[in-house]
Amino acid sequence: MNRFITLILASLLLWTGCVLASPVETFVFKNNVNKIRFQSLTRELRCPKCQNQDLADSNSPIAADLRAKVYEMLQAGKSDTEIMNYMVARYGDFVLYRPRVTQLTYILWFAPIGFLVFGFIVVLVILRRRSVSRAALEINEQQQTKLSNILKQ
Amino acid sequence: MNQIISKMIRFIPLILFVILAIVLYRGLFLNPRELPSVLVGKTVPEFSLPTLMDEHKMVTKADLKGDIVLLNVWATWCEYCKYEHPYLLDLSKSGRFVLYGLDYKDNRDTAKSWLEHSQSPYKFTIFDEQGKLGLDLGVYGAPESFLIDKKGIIRKRFAGPIDANVWKREFEPLLEKIEAEQGKS
Repeated sequence: MNRFITLILASLLLWTGCVLASPVETFVFKNNVNKIRFQSLTRELRCPKCQNQDLADSNSPIAADLRAKVYEMLQAGKSDTEIMNYMVARYGDFVLYRPRVTQLTYILWFAPIGFLVFGFIVVLVILRRRSVSRAALEINEQQQTKLSNILKQ
Repeated sequence: MNQIISKMIRFIPLILFVILAIVLYRGLFLNPRELPSVLVGKTVPEFSLPTLMDEHKMVTKADLKGDIVLLNVWATWCEYCKYEHPYLLDLSKSGRFVLYGLDYKDNRDTAKSWLEHSQSPYKFTIFDEQGKLGLDLGVYGAPESFLIDKKGIIRKRFAGPIDANVWKREFEPLLEKIEAEQGKS
């Protein structure tokens, strides 16, 4: 019985291995820096075919091609910017997960700041109004003596 | 004055909601597969590749120049390419442009026998085994088609199979425009 359970557990383990498998290619890098750059570049670049996956994650043939291209350019000593530019020149801004700041993306980049400023102004207006109404509640000296006179009676 | 402002503030959420609703509603009808090609308005990238039928014959960008060109990216592993094939045959007879094929990441023998068997609509087919020209053209699948004008400038990129409807909607108006600008082929 025990053996049977071990067998099942072992096969389950094997199975999880299959599920977690992501595309595996054997790239050999000149140095560790290139390896890390490769990993970060393939996470920054989007697969043009399977649109919600990055290059590192995707199994599609085009993603494999582009990974190979990134590798090739890294080995050839190209900079990250050069590699990004190369991809953008062919596939457009779409391939970047972090869009560049252009006229088209101003709203995307600056709207959150705009909203923050707007919210800040709203809060300020509300706070100021509240303090104004509180000031209206306060009484001056004359009123104070009048009030205490009434209370004494 | 203060009252007017406070009334206006009351409406701000509504206004924001309406703006957001309009934006999101528009988004519902966008096709995420329709990527704007960065190559539209640019010249065809340089290349030097063999033709499918003769591996010793090299063709370059210069071989495509001079006519209005439809460059069709296809492969034998691509089912939709077989679907658009009969319509491409029709199109190639129109004489309004020259149709070239780009066999993308394919096996030469399979592709050759397929074209021989089912008739070739192409003047010639560029054989791009590694997908190098495909990469330079920003191709991410097949079929894809590029309409190129007489000056060698890419005017349109279309991803997906072409049929009569697609042709009428996507290509015909632009082809007429190019013909008006540069004269008929």
